Amino acid sequence: MEIGLNHYLVLSTILFAIGLIGVMRRKNLLLLFFATEILLNSVNIAFAAISHYYGDLTGQMFAFFVIAIAASEVAVGLGLLIVWHKRHGTIDLDTMSTMRG
Amino acid sequence: MFEAIAFYLFAFLTIAMFFIAVTTSQALYALTSLAAGMIFISAFFFILGADFLGAVQIVVYSGAVMALYAFGMMFFDTTRDVKEKNGNKYIVVGLSVVSAILVVAIFSAPLVSENITALYPMVEGAGNTQEVGLVLFTKYLVPFEVAAVMLLVAMIAGIVLAGKDMDLSLTLLDDNEIEEIKNKQMKKVL
Repeated sequence: MEIGLNHYLVLSTILFAIGLIGVMRRKNLLLLFFATEILLNSVNIAFAAISHYYGDLTGQMFAFFVIAIAASEVAVGLGLLIVWHKRHGTIDLDTMSTMRG
Repeated sequence: MFEAIAFYLFAFLTIAMFFIAVTTSQALYALTSLAAGMIFISAFFFILGADFLGAVQIVVYSGAVMALYAFGMMFFDTTRDVKEKNGNKYIVVGLSVVSAILVVAIFSAPLVSENITALYPMVEGAGNTQEVGLVLFTKYLVPFEVAAVMLLVAMIAGIVLAGKDMDLSLTLLDDNEIEEIKNKQMKKVL
């Protein structure tokens, strides 16, 4: 059986759905970051698959930039989390509702 | 045949690992399964012939990002069970699936209409790393430099945010001094 582009796109969809479920049900901010990593990775699979099946390197290039953005997001996000944890002693999302309208 | 077996095996493993990562209530299990899932994803890149991307995936995600998260887990108190939102399950799952299908539609719309052409086709007789280097340092040089500046900004932001008050150590002070610092901080917050 031949593995085509559709197989990879379906896999990417499943992983993206798992990541979105994680984003919606997590309260702890550290675990919320884990879910965003899953989202970025699922899109990377789609980029690499399209790049392979169309013989074009642009998809791989974008995957590299996505990885760079993910790395810097983690660095800045963890820094902000540490500041928040020092000040409030917790990293639950519910404690961040000071701007409730 | 071999490719199909590898694809289905790693697809199953990746989905299982990421499912554990988003559903478990133990932060340590989530971290470990996420790291395993990242390694399994690099297998797809190797199957697809993107060797350099697979190596970068292992080095950056399983190496650097997971080390940062492990540091974060040591810093925060994550040993207790994680509480979760208990909203309507059907709304959560439905919204996730719909938006995921939307993302795939965005990807596959140009493929269906068949007007996609290779802007930077693969070079004959060159390895994947060589091809990546050729394209990255000619066509994508400016985005590459911008990404480098962005990483520098992120590094400085991380140092500034996390490095505040790192000169005093909570383990070397005695209890009275810690109490004093706590009171001072409480005043500052209030």
